[in-house]
Amino acid sequence: MKARYGGLRGWVLQRATALYLLGFIIYFSLHGLLSPPASFEDWRAWMQSTGPRLAALLFFVAVALHAWVGLRDIAMDYVKPLGLRLAVLAAVAGGLAATLTWAALTLSG
Amino acid sequence: MTEPGPVPKRPVFLQPLQIELPVTATVSFAHRVSGLLLALALPFLVWTLALSLHDPAGYGRVLAGLQYPPVRLALLVLAWALAHHCAAGVRHLLFDAGIGTTLAVARRSAWAAHGFALAVAALVAGALW
Repeated sequence: MKARYGGLRGWVLQRATALYLLGFIIYFSLHGLLSPPASFEDWRAWMQSTGPRLAALLFFVAVALHAWVGLRDIAMDYVKPLGLRLAVLAAVAGGLAATLTWAALTLSG
Repeated sequence: MTEPGPVPKRPVFLQPLQIELPVTATVSFAHRVSGLLLALALPFLVWTLALSLHDPAGYGRVLAGLQYPPVRLALLVLAWALAHHCAAGVRHLLFDAGIGTTLAVARRSAWAAHGFALAVAALVAGALW
C-alpha cells in the first residue's frame, strides 16, 4: 500500500499548512496582545465577524491536516506491529475528524 | 505497507544518561515532543473556544480557570511547545529553501530555537504569575 507519490504529498501538505498556521498564530497572538477582548460580547462579536471566523475555521482545517501528517510520522516510527499501528492511525484520524467537526460547529453557531 | 524484516543481532547501547546528543538532535526531538503535546491539546482548545463563545457564564468560567495552578502550568508548557514548534518549524522551512544547511549555521539556529522557546516560556510565566 505504498503511496503513489512516495510521501511527497504529505510533505507538501505539512509545509503548506505550516505557513498558514504560522501566519494565523502571529496574527491571532498580536491581536490578543494589542487589543484583548474587554468582555464576552466583545469577544463573541469579534469571533463572529467574517474575517476572524473564516481565518479560525481555516486554522482548524490546516491544523488537523498538519497534525495528521506529524502524528502519522510518529506512529510509523514508533509503532511497529501492523495491527496496533492501524489502530493508532484510526484513533488519530477519528480524533482529529471529531475535533475539526466540533470546531466547525462552534464557529458556525 | 511492508513489515520490517527480522532485526539483525547488533550491539545495543541504550543508556540515555550517557548518550551525548548534539544540539541539532535535541531540537529535532523537541520538535516531535512539542508537536505531540500541541496535538493532544487541540480538543482542549476547541472545548475552551466553545465554552468561551457559548454565554457570559462560560466566558467567565474560562477566565476563572486561569486562576488554577494546574491550568497555568499546562498553559506554560503549551506556550513553550508552541514557541519551540514554530521556531524549529521555521528552521526546517529555511532548510527546505536551502538556507542555513551548513553544520555550523545549523548548530547556531538549533541553539536559537531552544533559546527562543525558553524566552517565550519565561515571558508567559511572567504574565501568568
